[in-house]
Amino acid sequence: MDTYIKNELTALGDPTRLAIFELLTEHPRAVNELAAGLPVSRPAVSQHLKVLKNARLVKDRRAGTRRIYEVNPEGVAMLRDHFARLWDRALASFKKAVEEEHEKEKEDDSRNSSHGSGKAHDPSKRTH
Amino acid sequence: MAVVKRTIRVNAPIEKAFQVFTERMGSWWPATHHIAPEAFTEIVVEPRAGGRWFERDAKGRECDWGRVLTWEKPHLVVFSWHLQPDWKFNPDPARASEVALEFTAEGAETTRVELQHRHFERHGEGWEKVRTGVDSPGGWTSVLAPYVEAVNAIGRKEL
Repeated sequence: MDTYIKNELTALGDPTRLAIFELLTEHPRAVNELAAGLPVSRPAVSQHLKVLKNARLVKDRRAGTRRIYEVNPEGVAMLRDHFARLWDRALASFKKAVEEEHEKEKEDDSRNSSHGSGKAHDPSKRTH
Repeated sequence: MAVVKRTIRVNAPIEKAFQVFTERMGSWWPATHHIAPEAFTEIVVEPRAGGRWFERDAKGRECDWGRVLTWEKPHLVVFSWHLQPDWKFNPDPARASEVALEFTAEGAETTRVELQHRHFERHGEGWEKVRTGVDSPGGWTSVLAPYVEAVNAIGRKEL
């Protein structure tokens, strides 16, 4: 598992590989299509694709005589997990914080109102 | 584009939701996730486009997290996330992901909050360090283990 993740992450560390990966997120492409859009040779693209494939970020299939590369959703899901979990946790905590603060303010409001201290709120004004 | 999307609803007015998110981030952000050697005492979002987003520790030392790209209080805030996987700041915008938060009032007391964290593939190398930190024993992965399958299932559809 660890080795697998490590491979995947290292794979995107190279700017050309990242560019190749981003091109493939648009749509599947053959090697020569990728090479045409990048300032690197076709063999270099093939080499980068090999690394991405080993990292399970891309996969390939045969279409006649050509080989088509596409994003491997399995590998991408691994990358996404990190932020997904971070935000699940952060947003749950945020929800709790905002609701507690709002509840407290409502209580403070009604307490001020019922005591008639008039310090911050006048109930008669709040109905307007 | 690699993206995480989340939608939550909070029982509070839109102004309150936006305020707690941007003005009191340090009160709810998971304390385990910081970049300075010491824990943060607050997380500051400067309320304008181009503003800084940073944490501050008890001694007043500041560490940047990113920038405010869009500021439309109380509806939308977009950040650039410059934290590399090893939780170091990288000023290169080409190596930053983006976090967008959209707030929509569904009622006087209900706000829908939609999060999009996108382009995180730009962070490139070093991801294993984040995962190591996050997945370490006693980390929160185990607490959230039931989430992971659901997250994966949803995540694949979003691709």
